[in-house]
Amino acid sequence: MTSLPSHTNKKLGLVIDLDTCVGCHACATNCKSWNSGGHSAPLTDYDPYGPQPDGVWFNRVHSFEVKRGDRPNLTINFPRSCLHCDNAECVTVCPTGASYKRSEDGIVLVNTDKCIGCKLCSWACPYGAREFDADEGVMKKCTLCIDRIYNENLDPEDRQPACVLACPTSARHFGDLNDPESKVSQLTAARHGRDLMPELGYKPTNKYLPPRARKIDSADIGAPEELEPFEADGFLGWLDKVLSK
Amino acid sequence: MHPAFSVIFFTTCSGAGYGLLAMMGIWGAAGMLPSERWMGLSGLLFALTLVTVGLLASTFHLGRPERAWRAMTQWRSSWLAREGVMAVLTYIPAALFGLGWVWFEDTTGLWAVAGVVSAILAWLTVICTAKIYHSLRPIHQWHNDWTVPSYLLLSIMSGAVLMSVLVHLFGAENPYIQGLTVVTLALGWGLKTLYWGFNKRSSGLPTVNSAIGIDAAGDVSVLELPHTSDNYLMKEMGYKVAQKHADKLRTISHVTGFALPLVFSALAMFIDGYAALAAVVLAWGLCSLGIIVERWLFFAEAKHTVNLYYGATKV
Repeated sequence: MTSLPSHTNKKLGLVIDLDTCVGCHACATNCKSWNSGGHSAPLTDYDPYGPQPDGVWFNRVHSFEVKRGDRPNLTINFPRSCLHCDNAECVTVCPTGASYKRSEDGIVLVNTDKCIGCKLCSWACPYGAREFDADEGVMKKCTLCIDRIYNENLDPEDRQPACVLACPTSARHFGDLNDPESKVSQLTAARHGRDLMPELGYKPTNKYLPPRARKIDSADIGAPEELEPFEADGFLGWLDKVLSK
Repeated sequence: MHPAFSVIFFTTCSGAGYGLLAMMGIWGAAGMLPSERWMGLSGLLFALTLVTVGLLASTFHLGRPERAWRAMTQWRSSWLAREGVMAVLTYIPAALFGLGWVWFEDTTGLWAVAGVVSAILAWLTVICTAKIYHSLRPIHQWHNDWTVPSYLLLSIMSGAVLMSVLVHLFGAENPYIQGLTVVTLALGWGLKTLYWGFNKRSSGLPTVNSAIGIDAAGDVSVLELPHTSDNYLMKEMGYKVAQKHADKLRTISHVTGFALPLVFSALAMFIDGYAALAAVVLAWGLCSLGIIVERWLFFAEAKHTVNLYYGATKV
């Protein structure tokens, strides 16, 4: 049923730190790698070695430049993936029941056996989280690595989404945003985590931490601004004179 | 949004079919059309053929057309599912009405009720189609108060223009039927002009700043895209039409979709015989062309919020 659950016990999601993300695409490539064999496999590629490579990805890393008047420009690396919204209209528009939101943890999934590939869910997502697999004729999306986070064959520390595990700067955090004591909830509160496009009312679960304020001038480390000229005596002074001629 | 041929063909073709079905139902039930076998057969068969061909065309854009039957199950939440259910339901009273008209040559009493119910269900189906687009909040050009009335009125208008051709073919001309065609053309033109005006003046609330969660403290521009060639999102939702081309096409739509059909339909009220038939056929041909152009623009000029991630400053 594509009606949304009235409430979810947990709200599993990601908190992404735009201050520390370096835009290395490790999250996106590890996502592609894991999910190529995961729940929604395959993640089809078209013309992968040709001039116009294209394919299905669940995570895309954009880079933006922010011009801020007299302050230096800011580079924002922005990973974009499914936000597992509370008010996920990608689910309610689905005519077949293939799209659904789980009441136990809030994860939004696609049952690719029921999907007819009408693409309406991708139109209903403001964030571009869903990508159509033209080979299989069905819609695909981030599963929050549902086949990792509950996978008892993995070590407990590995039961996290592939993107979170791959991040070299720990810019990605996974947890329950319904639990105010969780690390992700506290991080969101401390760093004023944001919803994306809140004006549309999708109530995304994932939060983005805005960049911290940055200093314009470097700190005083006690070194002189310019070096004094060096005057040598004796043999070195004579050598300096001869060589300077 | 990518203007997919199958969806343009579906909305215009089925729209005209549902419009004609409703006209047959209402005028037939009102006793304004001869309850004569060939009139009923031609009108209803043509209407239902347009509807059916359009519905079949709409399945061509599906990734898995063989599963299309599943699209009727989620009518509680999905306008697309509601459209599917209403489309199928409409055939029932339409078939009954056809039975009365074509077999028994009777469009009164309970047969008339079937005609009115066909009209209501036809209109509800068109409203469901329009609601599919209207309900999409990421697309400002669709998620506004003009979308649903435009779809409904243009469907009624397309049906009225076809009805004019039919009554002229069967020598059943009637000033009320022809008058309605003129009125719907005028109203449709006015409404679509208001729709285009609204979308020219306004844009959606989200900005690139709100899309990436950054305060409105500076101008955000794309430094680097995530991928080197166009992906699904850019092909499906990143369609761009140059303003000068859009304006030219809009002029074509104004002239062929509304202005000329209005002139020829009004002219047909004052002439008769083959000249009148030629006028209404011309009105129908031009109107069909103009409405296809109008529908192409409806898709091509719709801007999805995902474009904010790919360099658009407003949607």
